[in-house]
Amino acid sequence: MHITPDQIVLWRWGFVELNATIVFTWIVMLLLTLVSWLVTRHLTASVDHRSRWQSGLEAVVELIRGQIHEICPRESDTYLPFVGALFLFIAVSNVLDIVPGWHPPTGSLSTTAALAISVGVAVPVFGILRQGLAGYLRHYLRPSWIILPFHLLSETTRNLALAVRLFGNIMSGTMIAGILLAIAPLFVPVLMQALGLLIGLIQAYIFAVLAMVYIGAAVQREQEGAK
Amino acid sequence: MDSVTAIAIFSIVAAAVCMAIGSVGPAIGEGRAVAQALGSIAQQPDEAATISRTLFIGLAMIESIAIYCFVISIILIFANPFWNHIVAARPGG
Repeated sequence: MHITPDQIVLWRWGFVELNATIVFTWIVMLLLTLVSWLVTRHLTASVDHRSRWQSGLEAVVELIRGQIHEICPRESDTYLPFVGALFLFIAVSNVLDIVPGWHPPTGSLSTTAALAISVGVAVPVFGILRQGLAGYLRHYLRPSWIILPFHLLSETTRNLALAVRLFGNIMSGTMIAGILLAIAPLFVPVLMQALGLLIGLIQAYIFAVLAMVYIGAAVQREQEGAK
Repeated sequence: MDSVTAIAIFSIVAAAVCMAIGSVGPAIGEGRAVAQALGSIAQQPDEAATISRTLFIGLAMIESIAIYCFVISIILIFANPFWNHIVAARPGG
C-alpha cells in the first residue's frame, strides 16, 4: 500500500522518473484548461443564447468572487486568479477520487508543499505590491517590535500547517479506503469514499479561504496605519 | 530483547498511543465549537450562512491537530525509517 503517489513510478529514463503525482497533476491541469477553453470559445453576454456550460462556469466564478469579496472587500478581483486557481485545482483533484484508479496528486506531500510555498510567496508579493517594500516590512513591527520573532515564526508555521493539513486529510482518505477494502469489502468503503469526497471539497475551500485570509492580513495594514 | 524487536514494539505502541491521546483534544474542541455555533444560529438565524462558514473553517483548523497525530502514526507504521534501516542492516536482508 502506498502512502503517497510519489512512490508509484510509471516511467523511468536514466535518472528522470515520472511518478504518479506528476502524471495525475498533468491530467488535472489538462482537464481544467481544456474545459475552460472549450467553454469560453463562444462567450456571450446574451441571456438566451448562452450555453449551459458557460452558465455553470459563471456560477463557479461568481461563488469564488463572492467569498473573496467577503474576506477582503477592497480590489478583490486582483486575488481572484490566484485563489480561484488554488481552489479549482485542489477541488478537481480531490473530487476525481471517485474515478477508479485515480490517485489524487494532493495526497502527496510534494504537491501540498508546492501549493503552500506558492501561497507563502504570494502573500509577501501582494503585500509589497500594495504597500511598497518599506510599508510591508514595517507591518512586521506592529503592534510592537518585541513580537517580531513570534510574527515570523507564525508565518512559517501557518504555511507548514497549510501543507500538512491538506496532505493529511487526503492521504488519510485514500488510506482508510484501502484498509477498509481489506476488512469489510461490501458497503463500508462506499461510505468512506463519500466522506472522502466531502472532506476533499471542504479542504479545498479551507485552503483557498486561508490563503485569502493571509493575503488580506498582509494588504490590510495600510488602512490601520492611515487611521 | 534485540534491537529489531525493540524497534517494532515501540513503533507499534507509539503509533497507537499517539493516535489515542491525540484525538481526544480535537474531538472535545470540535464538540464545543459546534455547540457554540448551534447556539449562535438559534439566536440569530439570519446569520446562519456566515456562522456555518466560520464554523467549518474553525473545525478544519482544529482538525489539523488530529491530522498531525494521524500522519505521525501512519509514518510509524508504514514508512518507519528506523525499521527500514534496521531491516536493511540485518545480514540476509
